[in-house]
Amino acid sequence: MALSAKSLKVGDAHTARLVEDLKRTQIVQYAGASGDYNPLHTDEIFTTQVAGYPSVFAHGMLTMGMTGKMLTDYVGDARLTKYGVRFTSQVWPGDTLDATATLKAITEKDGAKIAEFDVKTVNQAGVEVLSGYAEARVDD
Amino acid sequence: MATKTFPVEASHILMFARSVGDDNRVYSDAEYAKGTEAGGILAPPTFAQASAQFDPDYGLRPKIGQPWFGSGKNATGITRAPGGGGGGGGGGGLHAEQHFEYHRPMRAGDVLTATTTPGKTWEKEGKRSGKLVFSESVTEYRDQKGELVITARGVGVRTERPVEQPAEKA
Repeated sequence: MALSAKSLKVGDAHTARLVEDLKRTQIVQYAGASGDYNPLHTDEIFTTQVAGYPSVFAHGMLTMGMTGKMLTDYVGDARLTKYGVRFTSQVWPGDTLDATATLKAITEKDGAKIAEFDVKTVNQAGVEVLSGYAEARVDD
Repeated sequence: MATKTFPVEASHILMFARSVGDDNRVYSDAEYAKGTEAGGILAPPTFAQASAQFDPDYGLRPKIGQPWFGSGKNATGITRAPGGGGGGGGGGGLHAEQHFEYHRPMRAGDVLTATTTPGKTWEKEGKRSGKLVFSESVTEYRDQKGELVITARGVGVRTERPVEQPAEKA
């Protein structure tokens, strides 16, 4: 189900819980599906003893992927026209993440209404882990 | 400039959607997907990243018969991490930014050609990790007709030392 421009106002915010108590196994699952086998995400021994981090941590793209579900659940399938992020803090096993899309503007492009959102994902401590934007085609 | 062929397959989409915790049936159920606005199985918005599976030179996948920098008998298989490809940062690097522009939906059955060109590089002094070296790459995914499906821009960063953690994680 797609959004309609008439029912949206600037400042509207949509929040969804992405994951509760992120498991190492989900990070392994993402490594396998995406093909990014960087040991920093799945190999505790390498990550603590060689790379110098307190534990393995999630791929930034896993956080972007989970945040993408919040967006597509909200704007509808095949409606995104742009989606971009910066990874602002690492995501660790055990983290709980919430993502929010906030409507910034509705514009028109090639006769279609485009909703522009700020996108932000935070962890259980309120620390921002992802910050970005999305644009989606919406109905009139 | 590097080019690779990226076959977009339904079973790969299913596995990828599961891994990001997305149970939307448009990614897994062909019958259901047919009845939606999408008209068939779609790829989730960040799926283009999984094209790494089809990059023969991708630096963050162990290669048969070659040394790998992850742990085995020792904490690392080799003393120096190999340089990684793609926007995801290499060994020792981290992913700083990712941007997608969607020109049309990516669907199961598409066979895309991905062409990657290096972008800018720049440096910055970071508070939590010393000198940061950023590098950008842009990948265009085109379909069999040569039409643009997705433009992806990735920024990787190499840090001088591991990123310092907030007190709660120390």
